[in-house]
Amino acid sequence: MDIWYSIIEMLPFEWTGHTFMKNALLAIILISPVFGILGTMVVNNRMAFFSDALGHGAFTGVAIGSIMGLVQPLWSAVIFSVVFSIGIAVIKHRSRMASDTVIGVFSSTAVALGIFIQTSGGKSFGKAMTYLIGDILSILPSEILLAFLLLVFITVLWIVIFNKLMVVSVNPSLAGSRGIHTFWNELIFSMVIAVVVTVSMSWIGLMVINSFLVLPAAAARNIAKNQRQYHLLTIVISVVSGISGLIASYYIETASGATIVLIAAVIFFATFIYRKRFD
Amino acid sequence: MKNENMFHKDCMYHNDCESHKECKSHKDCANKSPQQKDKGCKDACCGFCCTKLKNFGVIIGKTEILRDVNLHIHCGELTAIIGPNGAGKSTLLKAMLGDLKATGELKYIDAKGRRNGKPLIGYVPQYLNFDAGSPTSVLDLFMACRFKFPVWFHTPKRIIGHVEEALSRVKADQLINRRLGALSGGELQRVLLALALDPIPDLLLLDEPVSGIDHNGLAIFYETVSQLRKNYDLSIILISHDLDLVYKYADRVVLLKKTVLENGKPQDVFQSENFNEVFSLKWKNTDTQGREQ
Repeated sequence: MDIWYSIIEMLPFEWTGHTFMKNALLAIILISPVFGILGTMVVNNRMAFFSDALGHGAFTGVAIGSIMGLVQPLWSAVIFSVVFSIGIAVIKHRSRMASDTVIGVFSSTAVALGIFIQTSGGKSFGKAMTYLIGDILSILPSEILLAFLLLVFITVLWIVIFNKLMVVSVNPSLAGSRGIHTFWNELIFSMVIAVVVTVSMSWIGLMVINSFLVLPAAAARNIAKNQRQYHLLTIVISVVSGISGLIASYYIETASGATIVLIAAVIFFATFIYRKRFD
Repeated sequence: MKNENMFHKDCMYHNDCESHKECKSHKDCANKSPQQKDKGCKDACCGFCCTKLKNFGVIIGKTEILRDVNLHIHCGELTAIIGPNGAGKSTLLKAMLGDLKATGELKYIDAKGRRNGKPLIGYVPQYLNFDAGSPTSVLDLFMACRFKFPVWFHTPKRIIGHVEEALSRVKADQLINRRLGALSGGELQRVLLALALDPIPDLLLLDEPVSGIDHNGLAIFYETVSQLRKNYDLSIILISHDLDLVYKYADRVVLLKKTVLENGKPQDVFQSENFNEVFSLKWKNTDTQGREQ
């Protein structure tokens, strides 16, 4: 961490004097590529609504953790949202219900349950606000390590699983004829999204976290022609909007998660307008 | 029988092997009705690469989609499956792929006479309901299907070479860098065919799209498939909606409606009562070319 601090202090900006900004910047640099990478497949698989629901499941997990008296409700939230994602995947697989209906059912139930638990016994909802808005400025060095581990894990996972996921996203039967098991691959992917969304929920904010997942990939999709360009552009857009959003939020005194997402949204509309009607 | 077998094993190219073409039992087998064939054919078949479906059935929920399907598919033969909408044609292919649970057995015996439980299947799906805006190129799709090397990272030259070669089998090598969503129906079908042929499968399953490809495009597709069958000695099963082309190109036609109604040479099947009943039309055989009336 000291090396990082001394590098950042060399920059001629006012905010480099604050330790919390240096921490937050490092965290953003580590976590935004993770969101970019996962976002590519969320958009490819039309899972935007699904990942949104996972955020709601994570919120309920936090609520359950806090009534169980855990100081750090994060781990109970991770477990709950993984179970939640498995639940959605299994029911989607087993029933012939439209997937948006299945997800809608789970998502609303989770939110209702979360609020129910958080407010039970006349407690105020205030404590839960941290998770809704997110606060990257109070991130701890131990959490930065967690973000780093996530980045390493996702990179390794993406090397192993991406090709299979891509074939599944093009056509499940085609994947089947190639010996790729659609259900298991999708299950692993949704569990990973559940973990990432839950872990970073308190940093980015539940209300905007899904946008951070979807927007960079959606923006890159406007101009990319193949998977390499798509990934490169998504990660660049994700990191650029992450860093610039954080610094902007310092000067204009806003919530950093929301600011990051707004910048990503601006990039999306820019690419949407400038996209070529490609061949 | 034993001698014949020996001869076959030594035969490098099935195509050139006279005895294969003239194999009596092989021919007899094709002419027998499904019931007879099932009993007698085990011994009558020359015993190389063939695929057998025995009492094949599919039940989804409480609906029986297919029952008692008995088929025997030889290598180097183009078998066309025809039937009305909802006859279970696509279901049959999906069950053979293992996508749907099926009762009965699917047996495959390869050219070496060794019994392979599961044949290597190439599959061309009827629809690809992918997002047309998806930034996935033809090369990306091939690479993801064939190689473990992560597509998003980098494409080594040897992989590009391999994909170009695979695409050139169906004369589609110029499409390598195009996006899937930017291909026309016919182009996409050719790309998928090239993909199904890489690696060369034992059994090729083709589910022809109902729309999106004009008659001319289809004729080219049939010509290509026909050539491939000769060159690679493949067993091909093709679900078709174009009776003209089936009549012209198929070696064998299976009329399917919940179960196998007819199975035989195109001219025989097309003149059967079941055929007239199912398609409610009369088939006129004008010399070599058939026409719908």
